[in-house]
Amino acid sequence: MSNILDELKKKKVTSLLNDGQRIDGRAFDEPRHLTIDVGVIPKAEGSARIRLGDTEVVCGVKIQPDKPFPDLGDRGIFICTAEILPLADPSVEPGPPNEEVIELARVVDRGIRESGMIDLTKLVLQKNKSVIGLFVDNSVTDYDGNLFDACSYAAVSSILSCRIPKWEIKDDAPSLVEGEYSEPPITTIPVSVTMGRIGNHVIVDPNADEWACMDARITITTNASGNICAIQKGGSNGFTQEQLFQCAKTSISTGAKIREIIKAQGK
Amino acid sequence: MGVKKTDIVLLDDKGIRCDGRKIDEPRRIMIKAGVLKNASGSAYIEFGENKILAGVFGPRDVHPKHLANTDRGILRCRYHMQPFSVGERKNPAPSRREIEISKVIKEALEPAVMLESFPRTVVDVFIEILQADGGSRCAALDAAAVALADAGIPMRDMVSACAAGKVADTIVLDINNEEDQEGQADMPVAYMPNLGKVTLIQLDGVLTPEEYEKCVNTAIDGCKLVYEVQKKALHEKFFGENSQ
Repeated sequence: MSNILDELKKKKVTSLLNDGQRIDGRAFDEPRHLTIDVGVIPKAEGSARIRLGDTEVVCGVKIQPDKPFPDLGDRGIFICTAEILPLADPSVEPGPPNEEVIELARVVDRGIRESGMIDLTKLVLQKNKSVIGLFVDNSVTDYDGNLFDACSYAAVSSILSCRIPKWEIKDDAPSLVEGEYSEPPITTIPVSVTMGRIGNHVIVDPNADEWACMDARITITTNASGNICAIQKGGSNGFTQEQLFQCAKTSISTGAKIREIIKAQGK
Repeated sequence: MGVKKTDIVLLDDKGIRCDGRKIDEPRRIMIKAGVLKNASGSAYIEFGENKILAGVFGPRDVHPKHLANTDRGILRCRYHMQPFSVGERKNPAPSRREIEISKVIKEALEPAVMLESFPRTVVDVFIEILQADGGSRCAALDAAAVALADAGIPMRDMVSACAAGKVADTIVLDINNEEDQEGQADMPVAYMPNLGKVTLIQLDGVLTPEEYEKCVNTAIDGCKLVYEVQKKALHEKFFGENSQ
C-alpha cells in the first residue's frame, strides 16, 4: 500500500521540481519556518522545544559530575543522543534503536562535538578523577522529515540555554554548592544543514514527502566562522563533485541565517 | 577526538609524514579476489596495517520474507571488528559505530549494484576487520566492492574508497591511525570512477571552504589509485596464471 502512495507522491514531487517548484511552495534553498522555545523543562539544566515546519523535537540537558574517559582526563564529558518517540509517527515502534536512529544520534553528536562548541577543558573538577558531564537527550515528538537538523537545532539551543551547577571537591569527591550556577563555556554555534537530491535537483530541509523520495542526502555542519566541521552523506545514491561543492556553499549561507534565529531565540 | 601531547612529528619540514610517506602518497594496498571457497564472491585487502576479509552471498532467498521487494533485490551489509583487531580488546557485540558504518557502506555500494536485475532476493555482504588501522571503512568498502564483482553481481561501476584529511595544516591523502588520532580532519570518500559519483562522504574536523574542496579532490584522486588496484585484483583472479 504505502509503496504505491510513495510512487505516486514521488511522481508529483519530481514533476513539480522539474517546473521549479516544491510541494509546499518553498524555494529550493529555503528551510522551513523554525521556532525555538527554551527553558521548557525547568528540572533540566537546559532545554528547548523546537519546531521545524511540522517536525517537533524536545531536548533536555542534564548536567552531573562523572569520571572522565581514561585517555581524556583533562576534559569534561559531552554525550548527545536522539530518539524517535512512538507517538511521533505510526511507523515507529518502541524498542531498541534501529540503524537509522543510531545514525541520527551519531550525526547530531558529531556535528556539535567536532565544532568544539563546548570547551570541555573548562569542565574539569579534578584532573583524571572528576569532571562535569553534559548529557543532551533529543526526543522527536512529531515527524515531518529532516530529523538531523531538527535535533541538531534543539540540542544546540538547549546547550546555549543551560546553566552549569557548581561543584567543589570535598574529601576527594564532588559536592554540590546549592544555588550557584555558571554559563556554559561556548566557543561557537554549529548549525547543520541537510540537503536532499531528487533527480538533478538539490533541496534544503526536505519535508516528509520529499524525504520519502530522495535519491541521496547530505548533512553539512558549519561553525560561526563559516568553516565546515562535519559531513554525513546518506541515501542509496550519490552526488557529483560539483553538487558537493554547491551543497557546501548552500550549507554556509543557509547556516548563517539559521544561526541568527538560534542566537535570537536561544537566550 | 583526542588532542593529546605526543612526540610524533606529523609532517616534517621536507613534507614527509610520520610513516615516511609524501602528502599525496597512499599506504601500501594489496587486494586478492576469490579467497573464500563457500562465498559467492570474496576479497581480502591489506591497506596499510588494515587486514580485512569480505564475503558476498547471493542473490539468495530473503529471510525474514517480509523484507523482500517484488521489483528489486535488497543489499545487506555487516561491518564487524574482531575482538583482537585493535589495541584493547573490543567487545564482539556490534557497537553503535559499527552499525553506522555498516549503513554508510551499504549506501555507498547500493548505487553501483543493479538491484533491479534480481528482484525478491538479497545480496549479503559480510566484512570482517581482522586488524584495524586508520581508514578501515574505506578499505572495507574497497574489499566489499571487489567481492561483489567477484560474485558476478551485476554492477554499473566499481566503488573505490579512500580518505583524505588535514594534518599539520596540510591536506594529505589516506590518513593513517596516528594522523587520525592527532590530525585536524578526516574525510572518507567513496567514488564510482566511471560514473563520476561520490557515494560516501563523511567528515570529522574543521575545514575552510577552500580546504574542503581540496580535500574532496585529493580523496577522489586517491579513489582513482585504489580503482587500479581493484581492477588488477579482478584481472588476476579471472585472467591470471592460476585462474581456471
